[in-house]
Amino acid sequence: MKHLSEYRDAHLVHAIAAEIRKTVTRPWVLMEICGGQTHAIMRYGLDQLLPPEIELVHGPGCPVCVTSLELIDKSLAIASQPGVIFTSYGDMLRVPGSHRDLFSVRAAGGDVRVVYSPLDAIQIAQKNPDKQVVFFAIGFETTAPANAMSVLQAHSLGLENFSVLVSHVRVPPAMHAILSSPQNRVQGFLAAGHVCAVMGYWEYPPIAKKYAVPVVVTGFEPVDILQGILMTVRLLENGQVSVENAYKRTVTFEGNQPAQGVINQVFMECDRKWRGIGMIPASGWCLRPEYAAFDAEQRFQVNQIQPAESPICIAGQILQGLKKPDQCPAFGGECTPQNPLGATMVSSEGACAAYYRYRAGLQV
Amino acid sequence: MCLGVPGKIVEIYENSGLQMGKIDFGGVTREACLAYVPEAKVGDYTLIHVGFALNLISEEEAQETLDLLRQISDLDQELGQENSTAPQASAAVLDQKTDE
Repeated sequence: MKHLSEYRDAHLVHAIAAEIRKTVTRPWVLMEICGGQTHAIMRYGLDQLLPPEIELVHGPGCPVCVTSLELIDKSLAIASQPGVIFTSYGDMLRVPGSHRDLFSVRAAGGDVRVVYSPLDAIQIAQKNPDKQVVFFAIGFETTAPANAMSVLQAHSLGLENFSVLVSHVRVPPAMHAILSSPQNRVQGFLAAGHVCAVMGYWEYPPIAKKYAVPVVVTGFEPVDILQGILMTVRLLENGQVSVENAYKRTVTFEGNQPAQGVINQVFMECDRKWRGIGMIPASGWCLRPEYAAFDAEQRFQVNQIQPAESPICIAGQILQGLKKPDQCPAFGGECTPQNPLGATMVSSEGACAAYYRYRAGLQV
Repeated sequence: MCLGVPGKIVEIYENSGLQMGKIDFGGVTREACLAYVPEAKVGDYTLIHVGFALNLISEEEAQETLDLLRQISDLDQELGQENSTAPQASAAVLDQKTDE
């Protein structure tokens, strides 16, 4: 497949890894923000190609992992109501709430459906005018254009039986939170390439400058990731603080302007609680008042939620790059993808799930 | 969730007021919304995520990046030895793996 196979070329991978080994002279800690990158690193064993000086820590870019327990519990409460068709991206179904997950709601007779795109949820609403169709609008800046468009479509089609449970989070405020923590160890960032495909990278130069950390926009294939690491290491070794782009075929500085326009039309900034991390100011998007009619939290009164998190799970420290999954006493024992204590063990982007899937033989 | 997949636009049409397209992912064809890439033409490559094209992929930039990286690779080969000391990780099986 064009634009994929070229970036999985083993010879190129080894050559870039060799170049990284030649460039590095001292220890550096890099964070890949996106959980999709974490999985690619584990899957292809890219970290094992790096010199011991380079440590990769895994970032919070896993939307399923950081969606707050309160919102998961709200989704469960809404999905359990009669007359509701609850639609979601597939990863959310196994995420543990305080007492159960969406799969168990479905097993108990709830109409919970996995959709590939929010436009599928719109179609379900059109076909089921006697039902309330709710879409769980989670994600970072990558799903925001799609989720925002579903609200605009529902609006223009006059759909009264469609609403969204919004749990949108944004990358730049999370970078601020990580870098301003006294425990921070991150010296350079691999920025999430697909977030930047939408948003560009105009938001990063002030962050790089304020905290003196280089940021390199990085893609998802092995060659892309190693190129991002090489560019970051070069900047660090040269003492340069700047923002560079290792994913030029897909990302421009300005990003996708029509997509940003629709996001800003439908959503506005709000404070957002991140699971395992806590409240990060202005780190989320919520519906603008003009679209409040599509807000599932207002349509369904589910505000009496008392969330209870697993006392053992260390997902919060993992999401902030403070600990690795195999440092958790529950990893691979009490906590597995089949029986997850925390969301990081569930998702195809969760760091614990990546370690379990690709490193279980080595670690457990 | 942020794993966009590149595909080739094979057809463009309108549905419910939205610009839509058929996208070929190496043999598998799916529908996607092209509202955010109004400049798209049949034959363009695009990055698809949750049923939406997030951007068009620049052939020029792709070629430039690959050329630059291959220079590193050629230089590496010419100088020789570094590769032989590389840890034997899973890069050898890279080509056998495919994405979802």
